[in-house]
Amino acid sequence: MATVPKPNELVIDHKPPQTGWMDTPVVFRPGTWCYGAKTKNLKALDLPNPREWSPGDEDWKLPENWKEIILEGIRERLEKYRSFKIFMDICVRCGACADKCHFWIGTGDPKNMPVLRAELLRSVYRNDFTTAGKLLGKMAGARELTMDVFKEWFYYFFQCTECRRCSLFCPYGIDTAEITLMARELLNLVGCNIDWIAGPAANCFNNGNHLGIQPHAFKDMIEFFVDEIEAVNGVRVEPTFNRKGAEVLFITPSGDVFADPGTYTLMGYLMLFHEIGLDYTWSTYASEGGNFGFFTSHEMMKRLNAKMYAEAKRLGVKWILGGECGHMWRVINQYMDTMNGPADFLEVPVSPITGTRFDNARATKMTHIVEFTADLIKHGKLKLDPSRNDHHRVTYHDSCNTARGMGLMEEPRYVLKNVCNNFFEMPAGTTREQTFCCGSGSGLNTDEFMEIRMRGGLPRANAVQYVHDKHDVNMMACICAIDRAVLTASMNYWVPGVGITGVHELVGNALVMEGETERTTDLRGEPLAGMEESEDEDL
Amino acid sequence: MGIKFSLLVVAALIAVVFLGVKVVGMYYVFGVIIPYLAILTFVGGFVYRIMNWARSPVPFVIPTTAGQQYSFPWIKQNKLDNPSTTAGVIGRMALEVLLFRSLFRNSKVELRDGPKLTYQWEKWLWLAGLLFHWSFLIIFIRHLRFFTEPVPGFVHLADTLDGILQVGLPGIYLTDGLILATVTYLFIRRVVIPQMKYISLPADYFPLFLILALATSGILMRYFIRVDLLKVKELAMGLASFHPTVPEGIGVMFFIHFFLVCTLFAYFPFSKLMHLGGVFLSPTRNMPNDSRMVRHVNPWDYPVKVHTYEEYEDHFREKMIEAGLPVEKE
Ligand code: HEM
Ligand code: SF4
Ligand code: SF4
Repeated sequence: MATVPKPNELVIDHKPPQTGWMDTPVVFRPGTWCYGAKTKNLKALDLPNPREWSPGDEDWKLPENWKEIILEGIRERLEKYRSFKIFMDICVRCGACADKCHFWIGTGDPKNMPVLRAELLRSVYRNDFTTAGKLLGKMAGARELTMDVFKEWFYYFFQCTECRRCSLFCPYGIDTAEITLMARELLNLVGCNIDWIAGPAANCFNNGNHLGIQPHAFKDMIEFFVDEIEAVNGVRVEPTFNRKGAEVLFITPSGDVFADPGTYTLMGYLMLFHEIGLDYTWSTYASEGGNFGFFTSHEMMKRLNAKMYAEAKRLGVKWILGGECGHMWRVINQYMDTMNGPADFLEVPVSPITGTRFDNARATKMTHIVEFTADLIKHGKLKLDPSRNDHHRVTYHDSCNTARGMGLMEEPRYVLKNVCNNFFEMPAGTTREQTFCCGSGSGLNTDEFMEIRMRGGLPRANAVQYVHDKHDVNMMACICAIDRAVLTASMNYWVPGVGITGVHELVGNALVMEGETERTTDLRGEPLAGMEESEDEDL
Repeated sequence: MGIKFSLLVVAALIAVVFLGVKVVGMYYVFGVIIPYLAILTFVGGFVYRIMNWARSPVPFVIPTTAGQQYSFPWIKQNKLDNPSTTAGVIGRMALEVLLFRSLFRNSKVELRDGPKLTYQWEKWLWLAGLLFHWSFLIIFIRHLRFFTEPVPGFVHLADTLDGILQVGLPGIYLTDGLILATVTYLFIRRVVIPQMKYISLPADYFPLFLILALATSGILMRYFIRVDLLKVKELAMGLASFHPTVPEGIGVMFFIHFFLVCTLFAYFPFSKLMHLGGVFLSPTRNMPNDSRMVRHVNPWDYPVKVHTYEEYEDHFREKMIEAGLPVEKE
């Protein structure tokens, strides 16, 4: 694996090269591309052209008629998606989106400007689907689909995190994320996915979650955190699994079960549900909130997402509660009901504690945990001691998908302000709808891609640096499992001294539970503010 | 390359009409036939493009949510940037189309040593873009005075408002200056900003030059090389009433201007200028964020292969039983 240059050694040059973009070949430099999908993962998902290959190789082992397949794929998608057709046609190249992409900001590579990323595909569209392109060729910005062009697609469409920041600024709402979605579908038609997406998707399909955790292990892992909670505050929570007749099915990304610091967020969920006496169950079959199918194709998204409703139906729950995750919520908000609904076997979610009817989820019947908790707090149903988070000086990172694919912005802030005393916003223009991507979204959170991830993480990190310098911020809260994993790496790289937490970890810290023993540490086992002394005495 | 090519095309267009009218005397061709063809192409092309877009369905609800969602009564929804109702969408679209709301968000990133990033105020593109489009629209409306009799009130109104400066400077229209200035600005930023230059195609320069030539010829005609406006009106009315005539003695400047208009009209449906129609159909802007509240149907939805619970349990039953997990079949 390539080593990543130190932060102060990274060269970022925003000046475009001398050669025009059509004449500048792509270079597969280690650290800037992801490994190709493995045979077994493509096979597990019935995806075309399973084979051993590497994007670094000269020969990608594509089927003989790959070009026809791709062109036919474009034609089909133009017929199926008005978005795609319009976005291919109406860009005026005004450049408003150009400097809005974190990958362009962090690499200076002009093909990371959203407009040029789109042009990579648009040029082929013009060549084969428009009269002007057919007649005028390069003069009309058209070019033929060649193997080099195809490789360039792979490189740059797996160098877009589908964050939609560009679409916010485009006067016509051209969404390069949507174009990337189409391009990835096309790449998948001939077996050119990356393994970091195909692997988790295959795991999810067969085992229920991205990490491939099997049912018994899933239960074990959660029970491990039951012990951990007891060690912190003496309360023994009692989660149930695959339980029929529960009122609520709870689904969260499996990353929360598996890796720090998501696991502390998971402890927060467990504590909250116990404290309010929620009648809920986990599922080992639908044990994944995230959806790496979304990063593959619409069809794969639907195939993986189907489990949520299927399991809710089988268990006979009334409604579904979803954990903290970004892309999971874009899928739930914008695709789930259309793909796998109608969920007419469920009821409109009603909080059993406050009686609030979640009217905004009346069709999908699925509520976001942050909405749920915000409502609990608003109604004074939780006993909270925010001083237990006084050792944290907290800022909040809006995940791209909950911001620009949903609009969940105030709720997490409301919760945070109620569970901690020191909350600071990052500068305007880097938060809420204008939030910057973590740099590793849409399935690009793999180690071999570290250099680009760190480059793409720069704008977010820079905003954190600002509040770190100005307000001593040492903790960034987020509501996304990928964020929790990758921002930790990006902070270590760019702003050492800032940790990452889920919102419900902080809820768990602040939550005063019935029958709890005196708290001296937070969920991580770190001493609470003012408790450092007593810790020392114990030693 | 794109610049030279586009300039050349515009120059060639002017040469064609100049020679055609002045040397060959094809008044009828440039005064009647080409205008009718251009309008036909425009209307036909425009309708075709819109129908062609509209033919493709919108399978999913994918608005770019640019503000707080609708959730609780005690959290203020941003109804215009993240609408959940049709009224909200109309408001959002009105802001987009009339005021270029999204472009107004624009900022400029600057990279300093460190690396350190700053975001600068950058509304010039928004301002120039907006002034350019509004000027274009007002000029277009003003021109309707040639094609109507009696001239409708809104055309008079546009004329009066646009001529507001005429109190001190007789005969001056605001929009004449604005359109020249803004098109020049749009061109200059395209060549001066390195990224803009890098992404620009001939198709980006051409409309700018065409509109610049169009506006310049109009202004020349109005202020410097006068033509007989009564005769122009006669020609225009003839076209509008489908009794075309070409009165004698209209200066060649008019024919240059008129031919450039025709070129613009004919070019319009096949170019990026179709953003005029596209913006109204853009799914990230014209859909309400209500997909958790209202079911949206994908017309081409099809069943997909899923991994059912039964298959899952069959695979893991032993382990599940051993772990004390409930199973359907013992
Ligand atoms: C609903 C109507 C329209 C909207 C919302 C709209 C919006 C925009 C925006 C936001 C830009 C980018 C900013 C800029 O470069 O100026 C633009 C560019 C442009 N528009 Fe429009 N437009 C509309 C109609 C038209 C019409 C009717 C024309 C007719 C000529 C036109 C001609 C142009 C041209 C030539 C450019 C390119 C400017 C450049 O290359 O930099 N637009 N439009
Ligand atoms: S902002 Fe929109 S119209 Fe402008 S260059 Fe980007 S994609 Fe094209
Ligand atoms: S979606 Fe995000 S990553 Fe992709 S081009 Fe747009 S800004 Fe860049």
